Amino acid sequence: MTRLLEARDISAQIEARIPGTTLGVVSGKDPAVLVKPEAVLEICRFLKREPGLEFDFLVAITGVDYIDHLEVVYHLTSLKHNHSVILKTRVYDREKPSVPSVVSVWQGADLQEREVCDLMGIAFVGHPNLKRIMLWEGFQGHPLRKDYL
Amino acid sequence: MAFRTEPITVNFGPQHPSTHGVFRMRVTFDGEVIVDMEPVFGYLHRGSEKLAEERTYTQVITLTDRLDYVASMSNNLAYVLAVEKLCGINPPERAQYIRVIMAELVRIASHLMGLGFLLNDLGAFATPLMYMFREREKIMDLFEMVCGARITFSYMRIGGVAEDLPPEFYPAMTRFLKEMPGYIDEYEALLRENEILLARTKNVGILQPDKAINGSVSGPNLRGSGVPWDLRRADPYEIYDRFEFDLPLGKVGDTYDRFLVRLEEMRQSVRILNQAMEQIPKGPVRASVPMLVRPPIGDAYAHVEAPKGELGFYVVSDNSIAPYRCKIRSPSFINLTVLRDMVLGWKLADMIVIFGSLDVNMGEVDR
Amino acid sequence: MDWVYDLFPKLHAAIEGWLRSILPPSIESAGVYIVMGVLSAFLLINVPLILVMVLIYMERRLLGRFQHRLGPNRVGWQGTLQVIADGIKLLTKEDIIPANVDRWVYNLAPVLFAIPVLLVFAVVPFGEEIYLTDLNIGILYIVALTATSTIFVFMAGWASNNKYSLIGAMRSVAQLISYEVPLVLSIVGVVLVVGSLSMREIVDKQSIPFILLQPLGFLVFIVAVSAELNRSPFDLLEAESELVTGYHIEYSGMKFGMFYLVEYIAGLAYSAVITTLFLGGWKGPILPQYVWFVAKVLLVFAVLIWIRATLPRVRIDQIMGFAWKFLFPLALINIFITALEVLLWPEGFPAWLVVVNLGVALGLLVVMQVLFRFPGATRHVVPQALVGRG
Repeated sequence: MTRLLEARDISAQIEARIPGTTLGVVSGKDPAVLVKPEAVLEICRFLKREPGLEFDFLVAITGVDYIDHLEVVYHLTSLKHNHSVILKTRVYDREKPSVPSVVSVWQGADLQEREVCDLMGIAFVGHPNLKRIMLWEGFQGHPLRKDYL
Repeated sequence: MAFRTEPITVNFGPQHPSTHGVFRMRVTFDGEVIVDMEPVFGYLHRGSEKLAEERTYTQVITLTDRLDYVASMSNNLAYVLAVEKLCGINPPERAQYIRVIMAELVRIASHLMGLGFLLNDLGAFATPLMYMFREREKIMDLFEMVCGARITFSYMRIGGVAEDLPPEFYPAMTRFLKEMPGYIDEYEALLRENEILLARTKNVGILQPDKAINGSVSGPNLRGSGVPWDLRRADPYEIYDRFEFDLPLGKVGDTYDRFLVRLEEMRQSVRILNQAMEQIPKGPVRASVPMLVRPPIGDAYAHVEAPKGELGFYVVSDNSIAPYRCKIRSPSFINLTVLRDMVLGWKLADMIVIFGSLDVNMGEVDR
Repeated sequence: MDWVYDLFPKLHAAIEGWLRSILPPSIESAGVYIVMGVLSAFLLINVPLILVMVLIYMERRLLGRFQHRLGPNRVGWQGTLQVIADGIKLLTKEDIIPANVDRWVYNLAPVLFAIPVLLVFAVVPFGEEIYLTDLNIGILYIVALTATSTIFVFMAGWASNNKYSLIGAMRSVAQLISYEVPLVLSIVGVVLVVGSLSMREIVDKQSIPFILLQPLGFLVFIVAVSAELNRSPFDLLEAESELVTGYHIEYSGMKFGMFYLVEYIAGLAYSAVITTLFLGGWKGPILPQYVWFVAKVLLVFAVLIWIRATLPRVRIDQIMGFAWKFLFPLALINIFITALEVLLWPEGFPAWLVVVNLGVALGLLVVMQVLFRFPGATRHVVPQALVGRG
């Protein structure tokens, strides 16, 4: 079984290493670590390199529109230790939301970030080729947002 | 007069015999050698994720049929698993067995098609493809007995499956399980040692294990690179922990290994099916679930080992009758991340074969 | 029933006699020569066209059987009229000329493409006395003519102004250089034994079919022929899965039909050449000569269909490697062995030589199987200057 690591522990580990970047834990079916958007890249790098954690496999990047904020969810798995963690970050600026890109950490983020950017309108800063992917260039709006009709 | 050469840019697709649908590649050639390639997506984009937000939880099942349309059962399964996780529903044991049987049957069907089209890309004029369709047809017949449909099944339900197996399913299934290993041996005898096939696929398009993991590649492509990662083994959903099966692994990570892994996986699927048909208990096939499911507020992610790789559904609920957000983690789409790095420096003919060996399905790539 | 056996010579004599009776003596010999020439040419262009319909039907039905399906079986009895239906469809189809093609070259290519292939039949002996002309350089004439068809392929590919067709045309030229050499060299063995290039004489000398005396030459020749005919596994310039259809991608209607047809006529022509060179041509018991000839041609073509249904396609560098490193040495060795044998037995070969030659061929194939490897996977280093230009 893939073990979902205790979000509280991971949060504490991140806080100990990179202080002032976590915002606690989102409870639910699968508790997730909530982090500040600007620190995502640094935290991901830490999660990938840290012995004992080594999240080498980026499962999915998801954008969710909660109307008052946009959320980006990272599902991470370590093939080595067979455990996983969920990372969430919230952006409150609906006009120009931006999150650092993690392509430099996992190449697998490449197309997924483009997709989230295309459909949810979240800019991933530092992405090498951030263009629309599903829709055509010049398309107005971002269809997966709740205010897109 | 001095000769001057210049690279040419060729558009492969969206309509091309071997882009497996409507994929498009903008390729720059220097002679026959690829110096640049840019994948272009979106020609089959239907906005499944947005559509799901307007449908009830049960209705979304029909949308999942249209993702990877050669392996609809796996898509059904991944979605209902996510909703069941969200609601905390446990399907009856018989339903779980039936689901596993369907998922494995569809894996065989999908691999047959994947291999057949790979051989077609290699230029074997439709003969292996037709041989493989012969068996796929039998699997489609089995599905037709079970749910009446041959492509878009919509067979799984939240809390179980739509209906119990019909009595005529058992003899047909027994016959299929008896014949299938022989057919797989036949493919292997015909193809495995073929000189031209070896020359065309061995060491072509090598995907190193670390690159594969870093690129989020999953499924037979990851195992072809020698990474022993199979969700049926690593994170057993349903009742996969009750079955014995091996994980076929590649050694080099080339096209030939991916080919062999798929061939061997079909054997393992037959093995699982044999065990499942033996163990399957009597009982109900559906938990009592209300017609309109209203999961509690929250989110859940569930994944299955679909024929193409890790298929996951991330469902967010706001306690209404429709999902608030339904994200599809589609293996075909994410497997294409590494395509560019894999084809650079190879020849035109190799590119087609490498792309074919990744076995993507455009319905799932563009969603 | 005797008339069946020498149908064509009798017919020829009858028509000639009738012509002589009606023409005034002043133009008699010239008139007979011209009329008989035109009639024969007409027959020689149309008999292959009818045979091609048989070939197309045969290919589609046989491929169907190889692939576990039926093939065309609806138009006419067992689908026999399918070819005619397809022909009518192609003739009535709109003829699209894309905007940016080189019009002259584009329109000329399919027409010119047919000429060399049809000219081949001039020297093919369908029977002992059924042939248009017996050139004393017969086989050389055939090889020289068919090699020119590459020019017309290139014309089509270039004029279409399409990148797929251009790549296909380029491949056809690259391919020609490699397979044409073993193709010609494998004929030399036969020519050495016969001592003549004349097609008739080659058949005459075959008391034992040369497939038995020259097994190595036959193998090299049939492989090179499938490359010459652009048939699988060497169908690189069409390459359905890579270049869609390669050089004739922009042609539609009857222009496409011409390419399609000419490919089969070429198939027929080369099957006829193989029959003549290696299978004893018209020779055979009981049945009339021309029946034997056609039967052998169909048999050879069936083998080509079989190969097509079985093998995947090779890559461009692999066909070159295969031609130069596998076929070329074998063809040279074949010439050497044959020359030796001709020196030792100038009066004709003893029958046991068949066994020796078959053994030698088998041994050489085993040795080459061990020595030869297809050029494997080669990943080229991409010049950084070119990356990102697309």
